[in-house]
Amino acid sequence: MRRDESPLIRWLLIALALGFLGLFLVLPLAAVLAQALGKGTDAYFAALTQPDAWASIRLTLLVAAIAVPVNIGFGLAASWAIAKFDFRGKSLLISLIDLPFSVSPVISGLVFVLLFGLQGWFGETLRDHNIRVLFAVPGIVLATMFVTFPFVARELIPLMEEQGREEEEAAIVLGAGGFKTFLTVTLPNVKWGLLHGVLLCNARAMGEFGAVSVVSGHIRGLTNTMPLHVEILYNEYDFVGAFAVASLLALLALLTLVAKSALEWRLRDEIAALRQS
Amino acid sequence: MPKNNPAKPWRVIPGFGLTLGLTLGWLSVLVLIPLTSLFVMASGLSFEQWLAIFADTRVQAAFRLSFGGALVAALINAAAGLLVAWVLVRHDFPGRRLVDAMVDLPFALPTAVAGIALAALYAPQGWIGRLIEPFGIKVAFTPLGAIVAMVFVGLPFVVRTVQPVLADIDSEVEEAAASLGAGRWQTFHRVILPTLAPALLTGFALAFARAVGEYGSVIFIAGNFPGLSEIVPLLIVVRLEQYDYVGATAIAAIMLVASFVLLLAINGLQRWNRDRLSRGAA
Repeated sequence: MRRDESPLIRWLLIALALGFLGLFLVLPLAAVLAQALGKGTDAYFAALTQPDAWASIRLTLLVAAIAVPVNIGFGLAASWAIAKFDFRGKSLLISLIDLPFSVSPVISGLVFVLLFGLQGWFGETLRDHNIRVLFAVPGIVLATMFVTFPFVARELIPLMEEQGREEEEAAIVLGAGGFKTFLTVTLPNVKWGLLHGVLLCNARAMGEFGAVSVVSGHIRGLTNTMPLHVEILYNEYDFVGAFAVASLLALLALLTLVAKSALEWRLRDEIAALRQS
Repeated sequence: MPKNNPAKPWRVIPGFGLTLGLTLGWLSVLVLIPLTSLFVMASGLSFEQWLAIFADTRVQAAFRLSFGGALVAALINAAAGLLVAWVLVRHDFPGRRLVDAMVDLPFALPTAVAGIALAALYAPQGWIGRLIEPFGIKVAFTPLGAIVAMVFVGLPFVVRTVQPVLADIDSEVEEAAASLGAGRWQTFHRVILPTLAPALLTGFALAFARAVGEYGSVIFIAGNFPGLSEIVPLLIVVRLEQYDYVGATAIAAIMLVASFVLLLAINGLQRWNRDRLSRGAA
């Protein structure tokens, strides 16, 4: 029996769906490229080699280089504790780890202003010791770590739970130490899932806008990450400059999508193999 | 070797204390203590201060736009997401896998980039703005612009929640409906739609929650006129820039409570969804 629509309806549905996606996904990407190259490639490259643009690229890389590894460490610890042991309150813990995803980015930045701002809980102590957190790199790193907090953990927890504990138990009974078991048994088993989480975490860390914008102070060349630099140039009507930096971020997003899709196809095969055995 | 004692389980795998300690410690320092500080500060507000905030028409308008706009955007996403998921699961066409991968673009594209791109498209001289202006439709710098941005950021949620459920629907059920005389449309809204309902509702709630808190993509296209096209997250930023910490904290606390209620609702929906799926598999 046929479960398909008639060809006319089928093509109408496909055209509608592709039209919607074209309007909301393809056109914005094309607009970024068109605006960035609107005054020619010379203007494009000139905009990218501005010292302030460079400073924002360096800061974005620095922030991601701190936030992503911390996130990996936390994700591995959390998923090991949750997947390899039974304890009370486990589902509450999993919900709490997901919490930053449901907090508005602006509020994610605001909480650090309330803690480290001059009127905040630790404001005076920090001032007395001459430590800058707000409107400086540490605040940007903190806000970025907050918004990217769940990425690696939520990727690894279900994967490690699916893989069970037998392999680790066998390795340890056979005399391997805990850390060696982790490195030689667990890590190879979850490496693709880990990479998937790292890709998403990195994309968010480099692209975060709201949270970072609240804590950064927008000091040109010093505390502007790439997305913040895009905002400043845009508000100054330097559209070529804004869209040139934005085009780099769009390229990062596209590369992330390509790598993520390749990994997902691979993961699907592995999970299918795991379920069969 | 010690016996397995149910009262005190013997664990072969080491590292429980260390990894759980690290997890709870980092969770507390980075997430729980900062969020608590916001509530502690908000609880210091007097009744009159709360009243003044609720009575402020600018605050009311911002909440209307953030929640009302998110509702409209999530409804659009529910309809369009169902259509996209349907086409991706049920039909084959050239470039299907590419389109499937592209659906996640709003997750990967920084919100500021999406914001300026949408603003450029819908501005009066933009590619789309130019086409709709003769009809008297203005999107950029109006509340409509905020909704367009909210549709963009929420786009993947419905597709990604509906897609696996749709792929799992047994073709026998549909064939049975058809052989009993149901038309295509009847089969769809009597058989398929009820099966998809939990997933569709979950995706709708996720898209709504995301749109309510959205900041970066909205502020470039909305124009941010106080009382008209200003969203709540922007109002928090404005209060902060005026050094009105009390106002910012109070608005943020209301927003956070709303987000937590949504989170609970979403968790409930996801459990319902899972139960449905596992019953279907049994």
